[in-house]
Amino acid sequence: MIEANELTKRYGKTLAVDRLSFTVRPGRVTGFLGPNGSGKSTTLRLILGLHTPTAGAVTVDGIRFRDRPRGLRHVGALLDAGDVHGGRTAGAHLTALARGNRIPKSRVDEVLAEVGLTDAARRRIGGYSLGMKQRLGIATALLGDPPVLLFDEPLNGLDPEGVKWVRGLFRRLAREGRTVFVSSHLMSEMEHTADELVVIGRGELIAAESLKDFAGRATTRLSVAVRTPDPAALTTLLTAAGAAVRDEDGLLTVTGLAAERISELAMGRQLPIHELTTRTGSLEEAFMELTAGSVEYATEETR
Amino acid sequence: MTTATVTPPMAAVATSTARFRDLLAAEWLKTWSLRSTPWAYLLTALAAIGFSAGQAYDVIHYWDQRPPSPPAQYIGDGIPVQMIFHTNAATVLAIALTAIGVVSVVGEYGSGQIRTTFAAVPARRSVMAAKAAVLAAITTVFGFVVSFVSFFATQALLDRRDVGVPLDHPGALQAVIGSALLAPVCALIGFAFGAVLRHTGTGMFAGIVLVLLFPFFFSEDHHWSAILNHALPMPAWERLTEAGFNRMSPYPWTPEGAFTVYAAWAVLATAVGVMSVHRRDQ
Repeated sequence: MIEANELTKRYGKTLAVDRLSFTVRPGRVTGFLGPNGSGKSTTLRLILGLHTPTAGAVTVDGIRFRDRPRGLRHVGALLDAGDVHGGRTAGAHLTALARGNRIPKSRVDEVLAEVGLTDAARRRIGGYSLGMKQRLGIATALLGDPPVLLFDEPLNGLDPEGVKWVRGLFRRLAREGRTVFVSSHLMSEMEHTADELVVIGRGELIAAESLKDFAGRATTRLSVAVRTPDPAALTTLLTAAGAAVRDEDGLLTVTGLAAERISELAMGRQLPIHELTTRTGSLEEAFMELTAGSVEYATEETR
Repeated sequence: MTTATVTPPMAAVATSTARFRDLLAAEWLKTWSLRSTPWAYLLTALAAIGFSAGQAYDVIHYWDQRPPSPPAQYIGDGIPVQMIFHTNAATVLAIALTAIGVVSVVGEYGSGQIRTTFAAVPARRSVMAAKAAVLAAITTVFGFVVSFVSFFATQALLDRRDVGVPLDHPGALQAVIGSALLAPVCALIGFAFGAVLRHTGTGMFAGIVLVLLFPFFFSEDHHWSAILNHALPMPAWERLTEAGFNRMSPYPWTPEGAFTVYAAWAVLATAVGVMSVHRRDQ
């Protein structure tokens, strides 16, 4: 269990994390979402005690992580796959970490097998691909068989098979009763993985709720996609009937009218319809809408 | 996977006693798992031994071209003892060992490895203390190997003209020990600068300025600057290897004082390196 209470971190004039309070519970996967630069990585570093909070506190299983002499059996973490010395082999890297934490050497072979790096264990990490480094980072997190696991953008650089494997792994770890906290800036990555969400923007908490509740916000907004050979005529017709119409290269996105009504109106004017699809708002859209006001590095288009 | 297998992860938490010995073992593994480590030590050893043996060889080779001096006088002037460790050998040793010390810390910062290290062992000062201990142990052994090999090589060469001295000759053992311990002292100074500056270039520059340049800033002409001079590691090495003859300082000091300077730098550097990581964000 991770408990953040009014957690605040200031770097000079920049307020990276602002009075963040949330709880991450065991037995489920909690997604940690926010746009780039929203303070996710800072928060994870605060949890691990690598950075000291300016105010507030965060504890893991009731204790500040920095107060533990050894960490791997309490929290396993993958912060950045690049946080390794490229001159060592994966085997040597893990063996040294295990030794410092009094973890038996046999555990190193176990986690290497678990992440599929057994054959690469004697090669130097500097020659690894990003995906292999991610796997090594996951192996490091698993090394101490810890009850709490943190992953910062773990899907970066993984192939589709790797993504599928990681998702399965997170669910299994949660099912085993562990606390699994996974950060991402993409809702689509969390959609099929997380049970709970903690959403932040500009260092502030935006939402902390179950994925179901979060999805509830999204599905209230319905729209209908319509394709027709004469979009101009149909647009005039539907706008007159009170709908809002957006034309994207001939594909009309209609809100305010149901599909049945659109079909009836078009038939009355003998306008052919080639495609008619009802769409519910995606989680991605709900996430974007929620964080729209707090995007740190917005492009002209999304601003 | 069924829920019946839930117990092990939580059970693991109960029994983990933190032992410093584990950290020593971990740092030992980390040191030797880098391919560059044995090379750095090997090349430094060859250079240092080469300078000293080379000088002794020159003396023997051109012996007949020098003004004749009876072996007893040559030995009596303390020259064979001074030849145990050439000044260039000490300079090379000081530069290389300072660099090894800097890299032992900055190697972790440069790669981000330090975050992985401190996330695995939140007791940061213990990590740094283990690092310093392993570094000091390895460089002490290294220093003695280089120093003894230099001693036996130079004196074996000088023996060809009957001017070699045994280890129990006055000042010989002191020169061997003084040269050997220069290695860990410089390595720990590098360790401290590496930990504080967290950058290889600036760390090495600062270390070399302190070890090699500072002695030039403080002459032995005045009492105050002689005190500062004598408080530096390289003058301490000179004091320990001069065999008490040719460099008469206006403010003489004892070999015990020079060894104390070594010890003070080692303790200070270790303390600075260990404490520097406690409060800073990593």
